[in-house]
Amino acid sequence: MNRRTFLQTTGAVGLFVSFPISLRSQESEKIPSEVPEYPKDFNAYLKIGPDGRVGCFVGKIEMGQGNMTALAMLAAEELNVSLDQVDMLMGDTDLCPWDGGTWGSLSIWQFGPVLRGAAAETKAVLVQMASEKLGIAAERLQVKDGVVSSLGDASRKVTYGELVQGKQIERHLKDVKVKPVAEFTLVGKEVPRKDGRLKVTGGAKYTADIVPEGTLHAAILRPPAHGAKLLSVDVSAAEKLPGVRVIQAGDLVAALHARSDQAREALGRIKATFQPSPSALSNGTIFEHLLKAAPPAKQLAAKGDLKASEAATIHKVEATYLDNYIAHAPMEPHAAVARWDKGKLTVWASTQAPFLLRSILTKALGLTARNVRVITPFVGGGFGGKGMAPQGVEAARLAKVAGCPVAVVWDRREEFFLDTFRPAGVVKVRAGLDQGGRIVTWEHHATGVGESEAETMYDIPHQRITSAGSWMGGNPAGMHPFGVGAWRAPAANSNVFAKESHMDVLAAKAGVDPVAFRLSHLKEPRMIVALETVEKAFGWTRKPGPTGRGFGVACANHRDTMVAAMAEVAVDKKTGVVKVKRVVLAQDMGVVVHPDGARQQVEGCVVMGLGYSLLEEIRFKNGQVLDENFDTYQLPRFSQMPTIETILIPNPNVPAQGGGEPAIVVMGALIANAIHDALGVRLLQMPMTPERIKQALKA
Amino acid sequence: MAKPISFTLNGKQVSATADGTRMLAYVLREDLELTGTKVGCGQGLCGACTVLVDGEAVRSCSTSLASVAGKEVTTIEGLGLAEKLHPVQEAFLDHHAFQCGFCTPGMILSAYALLKKTPKPDRRQVAEALDGNLCRCGAHVRILAAVEAAGAKGGTR
Ligand code: FES
Ligand code: FES
Repeated sequence: MNRRTFLQTTGAVGLFVSFPISLRSQESEKIPSEVPEYPKDFNAYLKIGPDGRVGCFVGKIEMGQGNMTALAMLAAEELNVSLDQVDMLMGDTDLCPWDGGTWGSLSIWQFGPVLRGAAAETKAVLVQMASEKLGIAAERLQVKDGVVSSLGDASRKVTYGELVQGKQIERHLKDVKVKPVAEFTLVGKEVPRKDGRLKVTGGAKYTADIVPEGTLHAAILRPPAHGAKLLSVDVSAAEKLPGVRVIQAGDLVAALHARSDQAREALGRIKATFQPSPSALSNGTIFEHLLKAAPPAKQLAAKGDLKASEAATIHKVEATYLDNYIAHAPMEPHAAVARWDKGKLTVWASTQAPFLLRSILTKALGLTARNVRVITPFVGGGFGGKGMAPQGVEAARLAKVAGCPVAVVWDRREEFFLDTFRPAGVVKVRAGLDQGGRIVTWEHHATGVGESEAETMYDIPHQRITSAGSWMGGNPAGMHPFGVGAWRAPAANSNVFAKESHMDVLAAKAGVDPVAFRLSHLKEPRMIVALETVEKAFGWTRKPGPTGRGFGVACANHRDTMVAAMAEVAVDKKTGVVKVKRVVLAQDMGVVVHPDGARQQVEGCVVMGLGYSLLEEIRFKNGQVLDENFDTYQLPRFSQMPTIETILIPNPNVPAQGGGEPAIVVMGALIANAIHDALGVRLLQMPMTPERIKQALKA
Repeated sequence: MAKPISFTLNGKQVSATADGTRMLAYVLREDLELTGTKVGCGQGLCGACTVLVDGEAVRSCSTSLASVAGKEVTTIEGLGLAEKLHPVQEAFLDHHAFQCGFCTPGMILSAYALLKKTPKPDRRQVAEALDGNLCRCGAHVRILAAVEAAGAKGGTR
């Protein structure tokens, strides 16, 4: 099958949104750059069809965060075409230019400029071509909706489609400038999401929805606990079921059937014995263990002279903040479908990093990049948990043995068992106030958590910030009883919980209103504006806490996005149940590409933040993950929703930043501070469950 | 074991030759190739697989095929028309009441069932009706607003 027909027959199952045949036909025969960097040639990102439609090819994936829309807006803006004219194709390693992965809120602030640059150059080339064709100087031309016309006489015109005639554009221009923010006509506007229609009609395809001819569904044997080794396996009962094939390939044992539920049933008949896990850890003993097992601390920042500052310190306040393991729990479990075709492997996968998966597959199966294609359909939530996509390798290995396409879709138990959790961690903060109520010393030591946001943004003369162990790996073996990894704004959630809780502890000690206390220690003008903005919108009146009102405040500078939030809670002292009534959040994220998309991300952050603050905690014992489904692992529900008010502070002077992470980092301290304001007790461990609240009230 | 079981699916008579103890979600997705119905937990705990059986919202991952014999099953594919979305779908679209979209079919069908019974629900009633539907992306406040708005506009038509 040549590339052209291949594309026509299979292209529609990637993230093609209404991709017209006219654009597909001009596909070139070569694989876009195998080199892990963004290609310089704009043709890698943009293709103009004879009908003037623009194909926009990006290696990012759409997992709900709205970058399909935001990136299309950036391309349309620079090209002067309408948003409807842009067709997005995402996350297909054969068709899209390389990309490092969709995480860290990078799509807009890191990749956005690359795409804008490509689109700006494309437009400049097209205008030059139009100028030659029409015999009008380029300065005398305008472009609207992909039509280049004379400024003086709009009837003298040519369309992008006519200029390109379905061919690849050979001409290139150097040093083309992107549009200044002041000239934006589309970016910053409210538009409908490009993935909307597909998602409300059930037409959006996720990996598990893709079933090539002859696919068998695999249900894979898993150990009961991490570290439990397989001793023996008896597959005879499973093999007796009609239509079942059992595959044993090294450590991989799976039941296969043309129907996924029947494959699972067959798996249930496989009898296996395992050696017990050597792990003796549980969520009761984990913090002690982490402090012992952590690698040596790394110093992240140091300032002034902690020793000498002791003399100026009147009050010393020290506290230890604890965080448990939490799950990503995307609603779509990990899924992959693998098909071999004459030595070439195609894997559809629910992954945040198709190019990373491609290189993992090439290594695992001894292939070249040319012989592996990863296609990413819509992803049903990732949050950092779909970076590695091991299910892709499982599907590929099984398909190779089975000799037919194989689908691997984890069930919820596998999802909880195999997740790379947000690590549990311990953060110690020690700070000192001087005579005048200013913070003079600040020590922050994070264990297990990671480095992001460990440093303080406040103006404190003497500090030392250290970190030991991280979500990122490089930890001593056995430090964590299972896999850990990036979880939406990794490390920052735990560090900010400690820092911003401690700011309130200090404010209370100093007898100062927590907003005033923060303002008197802040330097960053954008942060000050954000805090004052939220204060006004919330209707905060300044009083030293605790006031009994149940008001909380927290703020953070997350990678140059300023977030300031306030919340109001009501706590039932008898039951310990916290009701969050409202959250108001102001965010300065620079230029906002798609305001409603940004607001959706903030709301998502608030809700997910309520989850980790109040509800979520993985329980485990001896390598076994005790939470296996949503009966015990609780996610935030409709009845627990506060009202959420989001204020985006317009800031044309700062380039567009990512919006998928910043707002979530303040949530732990925000809720802890509001609970303290309501009850006068300080919760030092997340999640702040009714039991922990009742306990704190008793103490 | 496998004998034909007939029911109405999105207005059309269908017959699935499958073991009646199999759960409807898998029959819909794999035998009848309607993949709009999603499986999120497989145990009746998340609502992603919600479909309508005789107008009631049920969890198709925990509803046997045999139990829908002779009944009317509606999935997300059967709700709107190709050219014209159902008002509940319109409301979800208008409010951007989705992010990754994986929970969306189940949300829309649960909302539809609510509006059939309670045409103009207030926010608390919507929250109560949808409380068993999980959304990890946190589209909740949008979904609440969308369902309320769909109700105010005349609900399910
Ligand atoms: S998949 Fe049926 S309720 Fe979750
Ligand atoms: S939109 Fe992603 S789970 Fe609801």
